[in-house]
Amino acid sequence: MTAVLESSGLGKRYRRRWALADCTLTIPAGHVVGLVGPNGAGKTTLLHLATGLLAPTAGTIEVLGGEPASSAAQLAKVGFVAQDTPTYAGLSVADHLRLGAHLNPGWDHGLARRRIERLGLDPGQRAGKLSGGQRAQLALTLAIAKRPELLLLDEPIASLDPLARRDFLGILMETTAEQEVSVVMSSHLVADLERICDYLIVLVDSRVRLAGQVDELLATHHRLTGPRRDPGTLPAGWQVVEESHTDRQSTLLIRAGTPVHDPGWAVDPVGLEDLVLGYMSQAASGAPARRPEMEAQR
Amino acid sequence: MIWLTWRQFRTPAWVAATALAAAAILLAVTGLHLAHLYDTSGIGTCHGHGDCGQLASNFLTQVAASNLYHTIYLLGIAGLYVAPAIIGIFWGAPLVTREIENGTLRLAWNQSVTRTRWIAVKLSLVGLLAMATGGLLSLMVTWSDSPIDRAAAMATGPGPALLSRITPVLFGARGIAPIGYAAFAFALGVTAGVLIRRTVPAMAATLAVFITVQIAWPMLVRPHLIAPVRSITAFDAGSIIGLSMQNGGQMTVLTAVSKPGAWVLTNQVVDAAGHPFTGPAPQACTTNSFPVCADALARLHLRQVVTYEPASRYWPLQGYETGIFVALALVLAAFCYWRIRRRLS
Repeated sequence: MTAVLESSGLGKRYRRRWALADCTLTIPAGHVVGLVGPNGAGKTTLLHLATGLLAPTAGTIEVLGGEPASSAAQLAKVGFVAQDTPTYAGLSVADHLRLGAHLNPGWDHGLARRRIERLGLDPGQRAGKLSGGQRAQLALTLAIAKRPELLLLDEPIASLDPLARRDFLGILMETTAEQEVSVVMSSHLVADLERICDYLIVLVDSRVRLAGQVDELLATHHRLTGPRRDPGTLPAGWQVVEESHTDRQSTLLIRAGTPVHDPGWAVDPVGLEDLVLGYMSQAASGAPARRPEMEAQR
Repeated sequence: MIWLTWRQFRTPAWVAATALAAAAILLAVTGLHLAHLYDTSGIGTCHGHGDCGQLASNFLTQVAASNLYHTIYLLGIAGLYVAPAIIGIFWGAPLVTREIENGTLRLAWNQSVTRTRWIAVKLSLVGLLAMATGGLLSLMVTWSDSPIDRAAAMATGPGPALLSRITPVLFGARGIAPIGYAAFAFALGVTAGVLIRRTVPAMAATLAVFITVQIAWPMLVRPHLIAPVRSITAFDAGSIIGLSMQNGGQMTVLTAVSKPGAWVLTNQVVDAAGHPFTGPAPQACTTNSFPVCADALARLHLRQVVTYEPASRYWPLQGYETGIFVALALVLAAFCYWRIRRRLS
């Protein structure tokens, strides 16, 4: 399997602030990738770098083996649904499909029309009059019907109500099942990603904290509870993600390549949400001064 | 891309077309009336009689007496200065900024069309429409007011002093120059938008720069497009139209220029050494008799130096000016192209 996204030392600076720093990543093809992190962690910046909307300040990024947005052929391979799912308010739904047909050589008109019909959207309706959920679906339809190899979604469901959210994810899951398409979707809500993602990237304070297949991440992380111990005495292969101690007890979230057999610890499996929160709080306590104060520029 | 550009630009294009159509109807009616008045004024056959100047003045007096013609004449001039500014503000400035503000740039730039193609199509399509709009409006006004302009170039008799089409105010409101202004204003608007990235400030900047250029250009640049003609003639006391004297014996003399249809840039009375004449005033001028004073001035070997652009240079000047503004527009467009290729987001 080749990589859909490969970056090395990738960074983007806005004046003095690094929105993304030293990001080295390889995302293999054929996955639905969840890109999680708190607001301002650099998710949008990473996706904008991948679409070529932004140029890197440092390092390199290749998407599907090419420089982002370097040619029409490269653009045709990547579908993008931007944050807040922008559409042309003055153009009708049908106009948007026409736009897609005119601007994308690989446009699948039948697919687009079927989706719009199934969504119950009136083709004559102006996009500005659509609800947030409908607009998100329209933007997703545009991105899917160009038949991309990689679909990038920037918090597409953050502003949707639960029902619209479920519909959106449903369509997305269907698409990944029907088409050979890899997906990278950012969110700060782990619960949403848990349902559809099989690959996870945790981005905190503009750095990649964790990246890997969900199964593997869940298999190698454990929550340990046991009598209080000095962290220095733990086995060398353990990587402590999060720890908390009371007078008598220690609770650890660790990453370990091998199963834990020490009978002194009560070992519990870790859910995806706890895992992500563990990495996020690690960053928050480890570098309290670098709390980003604003969402990356759009 | 052409489809999307047209779809987005459809409404402004219709607004412009409607405005042009309304102007066309109005100008056709008044233009035909003016042409009729001109034909019946006898100017057309005056060359046999040699009274063209008087007939032209009569015609202009007749036109000026009608509030309607007078107003439409002035509106035509104003319209041709305002139209490019409107094009720059409402077509140029929002072209890119509106997409930035609505976030639709992120939609447009992720279709299978490179951003350079995106901006190239937008710039050329809307730019050409801007030039067509400026050109059509100028064509209509130039045709409609052509009897007035022709008469103004000939008039010698008493009557309203109307401008020649080569003089600053009229020059930019006739001929092909408005095509250049429209192209320039549009490109200026887009450039302001690309640099400032917000619609309203970009509009304001476009207007400010465009007005500055429109004012500074005729004063600072246009006279140098073709080196003006310098005519030196013996001072003719009969052409004095003004005298002023100060107590210290200083004196300035103002003389009339007879260069029909020309754009007079400077008009000076100089002394025998070639310096501008500032006195001392002849003794005769301290009396109150003008003919005596004029006689005394005539004996001072003064000369009248006039620099001017003759009427025959109207089209060469129009050509240069249009070419330069179109070239400026192309430079600005190239800048926008380069800037967007270097990733504006």
